[in-house]
Amino acid sequence: MIQTDILIIGAGPCGLFTVFEAGLLKLHCHLIDALPQAGGQCSEIYPKKPIYDIPAYPTILAGELVDKLMEQAEPFKPGFTLGERAEEIEKDEEGQFILTTNRGTKHRAPIIAIAGGLGCFEPRKPPVPGLDQFEDHGVEYIIKDPEFYRGKKVVISGGGDSALDWSIFLADGVASEVTLIHRRKEFRGHLDSVQKVMDLASAGKIRLLTDSEVVEAHGSGSLDSLKVKHKEGSLQTIETDHWVPLFGLSPKLGPMADWKLNITKNAVEVDTFDYSTNIPGIYAIGDINTYPGKLKLILCGFHEATLMVQSAFKRIYPDKNLVLKYTTVNGINGF
Amino acid sequence: MDHTINVTVIDREGEAHTLEAPTDMGMNMMELCKSAELPVEGTCGGMAMCASCHMYVDSDHDLPAKSDDEEDMLDEAFFVEDTSRLGCQIHLADDLDGLEVRLAPVGK
Repeated sequence: MIQTDILIIGAGPCGLFTVFEAGLLKLHCHLIDALPQAGGQCSEIYPKKPIYDIPAYPTILAGELVDKLMEQAEPFKPGFTLGERAEEIEKDEEGQFILTTNRGTKHRAPIIAIAGGLGCFEPRKPPVPGLDQFEDHGVEYIIKDPEFYRGKKVVISGGGDSALDWSIFLADGVASEVTLIHRRKEFRGHLDSVQKVMDLASAGKIRLLTDSEVVEAHGSGSLDSLKVKHKEGSLQTIETDHWVPLFGLSPKLGPMADWKLNITKNAVEVDTFDYSTNIPGIYAIGDINTYPGKLKLILCGFHEATLMVQSAFKRIYPDKNLVLKYTTVNGINGF
Repeated sequence: MDHTINVTVIDREGEAHTLEAPTDMGMNMMELCKSAELPVEGTCGGMAMCASCHMYVDSDHDLPAKSDDEEDMLDEAFFVEDTSRLGCQIHLADDLDGLEVRLAPVGK
């Protein structure tokens, strides 16, 4: 069991800055994120994009902003549970929250700060009828262990680097048969990966179907075959053991929707006094929250995080007085 | 001149919404749909880095060609047609008066 003072759901810019502000009040933080790295959208979607509205930075790349926030949080030794999704919250007899992830990791804290942005990034699922029944029975959205596919027939869909790289990898003596299906002729991956796929296709090691998409999945119990539609209208059936659709990630509110929080339009309602939710001890900051006048900006999230930790402190130590101390006076006293 | 055009957005239930769109605000179709509370996600905020504002252009307006970024992102969308565009890449301009778009279905 991981014990901390403030359990932060979401390791994006807002969650990371919370570590710093909480640290100034000598509160420890632990962050949970469904993505395998910190930084949220800034790292996942647009690390190379410049941001122009961070005070005192006329321009900063999103990836750099994350690096600097990590550096700023570092003295306060945040803990991280990455690649796991916050699944379930309950309260124990001492009134602390117990949060369990989808992998069963348990965390305990008196305060939860939801800094979940747009939600958890999850694989985008193609709209093929009845696809759910084949999930983990032949259909996987992420390749965790390539050995799983040894000697199997595998179909991969998608046009990005992951689709290209896995096709190349699996075609190199791992899978018995590799088919790559993509909706157009051009690929958006690295040029050398595209070339490699083309070469493997000419050598007969990858069956390459461009201008095509999977429209149906069939099988009894587990996946047996896919129906592929070609752009000119013809249909083709491909027998396969596995189908791995790789269409990137999109954010979903996920299990949080069942935590009995007041939610309007995929955002958590908060009181702007301290960004508290309807559940005492649970706060929501950054893009995930909503209130009259809300703006989804990183800089607004920083402000929300700062006010939120003050309120969290008072909940944890109701008898202690809190005095605002300027960092210019005392510097940073890390843990 | 009046910097307002009319565009029609057909939602996923087939209902047509005629929207007044300003052409002097630097807005795009994704933002216009969001401001009218139509169900367009616009996850990335308009950087052509997600595919959550996928729509079809039904009228025969002459739109600027798709950039590579836009074409690449459409790879992560579903039900892509020849008329598919990302709403965030359709910038509202005076010559788009009468534009008609249809919101693409969303995956799960």
